[in-house]
Amino acid sequence: MVILFAVFLLTLLALTAVAIVRTENLFVAVMLTGIFSLLMAANFFVLDAADVALTEAAVGAGISTVLFLGALALTAEHERSVVSGRWLSMGIVVVTTLILIYATFDKPRLGDPRAPVHQHVAPWYLDQTPELIGIPNVVTAVLGSFRGYDTLGEVFVVVTACIGVLFILGVRRGGYSPSPDGDRLTTAGSGLRHHLIPKVVGRLLIPFIVLFGLYVLFHGEYGPGGGFQAGAIIATGIILYALLDGEAQALKAVPRPVLMGMVVGGATLYGAVGVAGIALGGSFLDYSVLADDPVKGQQLGILIIEVGVGLAVCGSLLSIFHAFAARGRH
Amino acid sequence: MQSAVDVLSWILLAAGGAFVFVGGLGALRLPDFYTRMHAASLTDGMGTILILVGIMLQAGWSLAAIKLIAILVCLLLTSPTASYALANAALLSGVEPGNSRAGKAEN
Repeated sequence: MVILFAVFLLTLLALTAVAIVRTENLFVAVMLTGIFSLLMAANFFVLDAADVALTEAAVGAGISTVLFLGALALTAEHERSVVSGRWLSMGIVVVTTLILIYATFDKPRLGDPRAPVHQHVAPWYLDQTPELIGIPNVVTAVLGSFRGYDTLGEVFVVVTACIGVLFILGVRRGGYSPSPDGDRLTTAGSGLRHHLIPKVVGRLLIPFIVLFGLYVLFHGEYGPGGGFQAGAIIATGIILYALLDGEAQALKAVPRPVLMGMVVGGATLYGAVGVAGIALGGSFLDYSVLADDPVKGQQLGILIIEVGVGLAVCGSLLSIFHAFAARGRH
Repeated sequence: MQSAVDVLSWILLAAGGAFVFVGGLGALRLPDFYTRMHAASLTDGMGTILILVGIMLQAGWSLAAIKLIAILVCLLLTSPTASYALANAALLSGVEPGNSRAGKAEN
């Protein structure tokens, strides 16, 4: 039954991918990309990867679609047709596909316990997590503690991406300056300004969205979730506010300096936990020394770095959103 | 008792599935943008309720049921609102009811 469901989802996934390539309307392509991410999230869930599914749904289907739409507002709705080089790309794609399909023949069967990936460090993680870290969600233990370096790198990738987007789209000095003209402009610009029903329902939902984000952040040790997902969910709530009440209002609620502080502060908080480990006599990102009891120290360290990750991700996504929106106003 | 709950739950799930199917059919077959959206939104609401209540009966009184109720409340709030916002945006951007060509171009 699960196999049937997975095959159905994968077929839909392939159909959606073909539709994305074939459509020339970029708006339709963005919507299809959102559907693609949601299908992918469902696939991950079928494969029991709830953490990845949550990330894919929040980032892929939620935030990315909004950012794509923001980018689309700056450009045309239709793709320019490409005539030359089609057969060359076709040939490359076919060859790559055949190589990939050939490679899958050597792949171990899905869920095979003797697969190399289950022979290497995975059993050790599964064995040692209850003893060393004492939290039920092994994914969080691996991400936060055992492979803390990788996650630190990922956070800096997010921060770098944010800096890159801000450099390309341009940041205005001094943040948002409220002027009557600017206010009227944003009022006219945000389409939902005078629509009562979406506004009321949206305002009702925003606190719950942010609350759910915090739940995902602090519950990451026990269930699926963690800093990345929480940051994306909280950013979604604030973007919803920006869509309902205008970007200026959202910038008043969470001003640009605060966003920058979140991005830099989150990444620095993560690094600071690592340095604190050194200062207290351990090694970099060794949380065991943070408290008297090594297990408690690990849990404390994971919680702090998850907060850092959440701050950095939320700040980055909101900064990128505001950069697109500010660009669209001019 | 248990089998009665099971039968009821399956009836609800099947009815919900039927509603979603009819909604999908309507979204594909009806003539213009507004009727198609109406089909999708109305049956989506009904289908969601029936399917989620069906799953709740399967879950019994547990944490899962409470989560399902939360999902149901969230969907009942957001789904009609999204349909309304979509229809309103279409009306404001000049899609006229009854004009199938404009509706098709919009999609």
